[in-house]
Amino acid sequence: MAFIPHTPEDVAEMLAAIGVTSVEQLFEEIPAALRAGTPTSVPEALNEMEVGRLMLERASVDGLPLSFLGAGAYEHHIPAAVWAIATRGEFYSAYTPYQAEASQGTLQTIYEFQTMIANLTGMAVANASLYDGASAFAEALLMAARIHRKSSSLRVLVPRAVHPYYRDAARAITRQQGFELEEIAYESASGRTALAALAAHEGHDIAAIAIQQPNFFGVLEDADAVSEWARSRGIPVVALVNPTALALLKPPGAWRGGADVVVGEGQPLGVPLCSGGPYFGFMATRLEHVRQMPGRIVGRTLDLAGQPGFTLTLQAREQHIRRGRATSNICTNQGLMVTAATVYLSLMGARGLERVATACHARTRELIAALTRIDGVRAAFTGPCFHECVLQLDRPVGPVLARLAERDILAGVDLTPHYPELGSAFLACATETKTSADIRALAFALRDALQTQHAA
Amino acid sequence: MSKIPADLKYAQTHEWVRTLPDGVVEIGITDHAQQALGDLVFVEAPEPGRRVGAHEPFAVVESVKAASDIYSPVAGEVVAANAELASAPERINQEPYGAGWIARIRPDDPASLADLLAPADYGKLLEAEGD
Amino acid sequence: MSPPRERLPQRERLIFEYSRPGRGATDQWPRESSAPLDIPAELARRERPLLPEVSELDVVRHFTRLSQLNFSIDTHFYPLGSCTMKYNPKACNAYAMLPQFLARHPLAPESHGQGLLACLHELQEMLRAVTGMQAVSLTPMAGAQGEFAGVAMIRAYHRARGDLARQEIIVPEAAHGTNPATATMCGCAVKEIPVGADGDVNLEALEGAVGPGTAGIMLTNPSTLGVFERKILEVAQIVHAAGGLLYYDGANLNAILGKVRPADMGFDVIHMNLHKTFSTPHGGGGPGAGAVGVSKRLEPFLPIPIVTKEADRYRWLTERDRPQSIGRLSAFMGNTGVLLRAYIYMRLLGREGMGQVGEHATLNANYLLARLARAGFEPAYPARRASHELIVTLKRMARELEVTAMDFAKRLLDYGIHAPTTYFPLLVPECLLIEPTETETKETLDAFVDAMVSIAAEAHEDPDRVRSAPHTTVVRRLDDVRAAKQLDLSWKPGARAEMPVAG
Repeated sequence: MAFIPHTPEDVAEMLAAIGVTSVEQLFEEIPAALRAGTPTSVPEALNEMEVGRLMLERASVDGLPLSFLGAGAYEHHIPAAVWAIATRGEFYSAYTPYQAEASQGTLQTIYEFQTMIANLTGMAVANASLYDGASAFAEALLMAARIHRKSSSLRVLVPRAVHPYYRDAARAITRQQGFELEEIAYESASGRTALAALAAHEGHDIAAIAIQQPNFFGVLEDADAVSEWARSRGIPVVALVNPTALALLKPPGAWRGGADVVVGEGQPLGVPLCSGGPYFGFMATRLEHVRQMPGRIVGRTLDLAGQPGFTLTLQAREQHIRRGRATSNICTNQGLMVTAATVYLSLMGARGLERVATACHARTRELIAALTRIDGVRAAFTGPCFHECVLQLDRPVGPVLARLAERDILAGVDLTPHYPELGSAFLACATETKTSADIRALAFALRDALQTQHAA
Repeated sequence: MSKIPADLKYAQTHEWVRTLPDGVVEIGITDHAQQALGDLVFVEAPEPGRRVGAHEPFAVVESVKAASDIYSPVAGEVVAANAELASAPERINQEPYGAGWIARIRPDDPASLADLLAPADYGKLLEAEGD
Repeated sequence: MSPPRERLPQRERLIFEYSRPGRGATDQWPRESSAPLDIPAELARRERPLLPEVSELDVVRHFTRLSQLNFSIDTHFYPLGSCTMKYNPKACNAYAMLPQFLARHPLAPESHGQGLLACLHELQEMLRAVTGMQAVSLTPMAGAQGEFAGVAMIRAYHRARGDLARQEIIVPEAAHGTNPATATMCGCAVKEIPVGADGDVNLEALEGAVGPGTAGIMLTNPSTLGVFERKILEVAQIVHAAGGLLYYDGANLNAILGKVRPADMGFDVIHMNLHKTFSTPHGGGGPGAGAVGVSKRLEPFLPIPIVTKEADRYRWLTERDRPQSIGRLSAFMGNTGVLLRAYIYMRLLGREGMGQVGEHATLNANYLLARLARAGFEPAYPARRASHELIVTLKRMARELEVTAMDFAKRLLDYGIHAPTTYFPLLVPECLLIEPTETETKETLDAFVDAMVSIAAEAHEDPDRVRSAPHTTVVRRLDDVRAAKQLDLSWKPGARAEMPVAG
């Protein structure tokens, strides 16, 4: 029980060595008033066989529906090698690599990861990860404000077309330091952030501006124009990107106005959906901003014998040294997910990632074509999109999605709570994991649901 | 035992101050401080033209094991920062009182320098801290 | 005891050095599509990103060999103080990775998640039971995020009462660095108070530090000094009387699991490190999970979402249910996969197992304390019982022989033991913070003591060998200064594989 190996003989010998007669004596410094009994509401212990059976039952309750859900978490094929390697005990049960000589496996993996993320995003340096895309986004806004030397403004411009939960998390995290997030509208026809809406902020003191590419609707933004607008006004640019899409899209480092901090959700790179976590946030920046970047960073150096090796560096920025003046309070991050992503990117390479992105794009176009052929379904936006799209119905979305869910098809994410101005709209996503047969099944079920339910 | 030149004044936060002929003061960190920090890897120097208040942090020195704020001993305006430190932060370790100076400030009120510690008093402070 | 003579591990090239144009794990790629891309030219990427072009076998060999360069719990004793490096049960991984759990999308409807939600709800309830807190949120993704949530809730509580002056967080000088960093991230000022020579917080200093500006105090108990904060009830009384709240950093919960409940000590909000106390894997630096628990008065402010049970159905409580919540700290619901592992572990422990953990962790630490003290090592707090960890100071050795705690730690690696935590807490000079955990056998502990004794002898007889350790790891001691001054943070094509010897 509890993986405790001690036999009664062990315990007796150890107590004797300490010079006490019972384990209870070791707790004598604790005031009696604080001593608690056994937590009776906690169930009795299960052995591994019993717990295995319980978990199998629980898992089978949830099943494996056909899913067209995206909205920040994407279903992609994960090669078997990724988790076979990541769950090796030497990676899985290793600690944070503070003792570099004992952690070269982890450290070199992170160095390779940093290189891949820097290359993918077109930036100079990347860190060893943050918790997830949303908290990384919040950290990026804080960092952008720090690097904006000429301003002490706490106002940040965030498009409404940025993921609503990312905006929520950014608000929750940055408002503790007094930041205000101001929304920029999107064009109702194209789904793109409106350049005209930026004009309203002309001459204002702005700490930073964020751009999500593709945006929450799957629509491709005019990132060149927005970044250029910001750059010419000295406003730091925070780019929020999808890593799979970067195989096909111009990276933020190559945008006309460039970017100062690039972040995103790394889950598409070999990390399972797993109901929202653990994922990992990636962050990359320009070399001149590296000391303002939160999180761990691995560097290559030499050892005593002149051989190359890897170590955590620039630690003076982090909580365990800088304490109250640290760039962030982050300590544990998402090491195991980074390991998985590094293996994934090594297996896929640029060409493999391009194939994935192309297949996602093609499947989504197929999905749009199949669903908009149905009476009562139309595409919300005209602008080009990547691997998800917004569809509008002629009746409330909730009941329709519920109907399809009963048939084990999850057709999309209901946007009504977050974007009421879109009317009855949902966000659907088709990745390389969906076949034409899957899309036909979705179309068939949706047509069926709309025909048997009356229009509102 | 760390060095404490007799012709300088000192702050409790381990900065030293040298008054230059034109009234501008030159500031750096003491030998004790550079020893405690270890090999310096980076210096974040203030920009000329910036105003600082007395005891306000206005620069950062960073080693592998610590990042330390440098506090201005006087209120005034920064007139110069030591450009060499950008490429050679180790100059502070090598010559903390000479080529390792960090910034020069024109004080608003030169009389306030009298509040700083004399070398002997700084020495007593270090003894109390166990140097 | 002399260190085992081992074949030195081989260095492993960078993955990029295996690349050859045209190579790739093509079986993993989707089939080529004939559909044209309709991405506008000005948005399209011009150049492929530089990523590896390697075969699947090369990838597997590369990362397998890299893994073999690591110390890990699965391979080495890892007595890292305040990290709780206990065995990570394989069952937790196996059952958390069942296909249905792995495949479930975070925004899937609750109708397709009752199995998962049952596990999470039961986890919330078990954490409530062992901590005594009234309500729990599982969403913070690590201890530091849990701390952030805790301090943010304290601030929200005071603001809701109209008390806007409370912006100060008190921390003991021995606190973990995340504590003051968190306070700053929450827009608070930090006030440090001293710790007494016996390891307890200085009550007089505390009384002087509290006032109308006090939002709260952040404490760990047992403290970061490895001893129980004996006056905790008085501390709670002082802070509460001044109108502040108490925050519990749960990093050391392993010492008192099943024996003492933070709620009984007077804490208003706590975070737990599931990757410490509840044995979810450290993964080379995460992922963790920093669940938070609160008393009744802070419940409205808990971060969402939270699992609730209504009749026989589980559902998520969101912003609509909790309008005063401090909000969402991530895009979805936290590190679900980690939470599942913690759930499985707690089911394997059961109610009796909780207490056994605290007892045996404390037994192991006190056993090491006794043996090390008898072997001539200097405990930092010799008059105190160890909690689940202990501190020895090597300051005498450092002064007399110029062999530091860092040198000691590096030499332990040659003995096949991961170093304990060094130089934390900052308060104790040249310290080693040692936490054996309850899953280690007596023989492992004895071997550790023997290694320590052997290194102490080496420090006298052959100090250079200790000062230049480690000798048997894949790299020797690394140049930190060079790493920070000559930043090499990503590989560039044309970078030399072997760099010249410096100097």
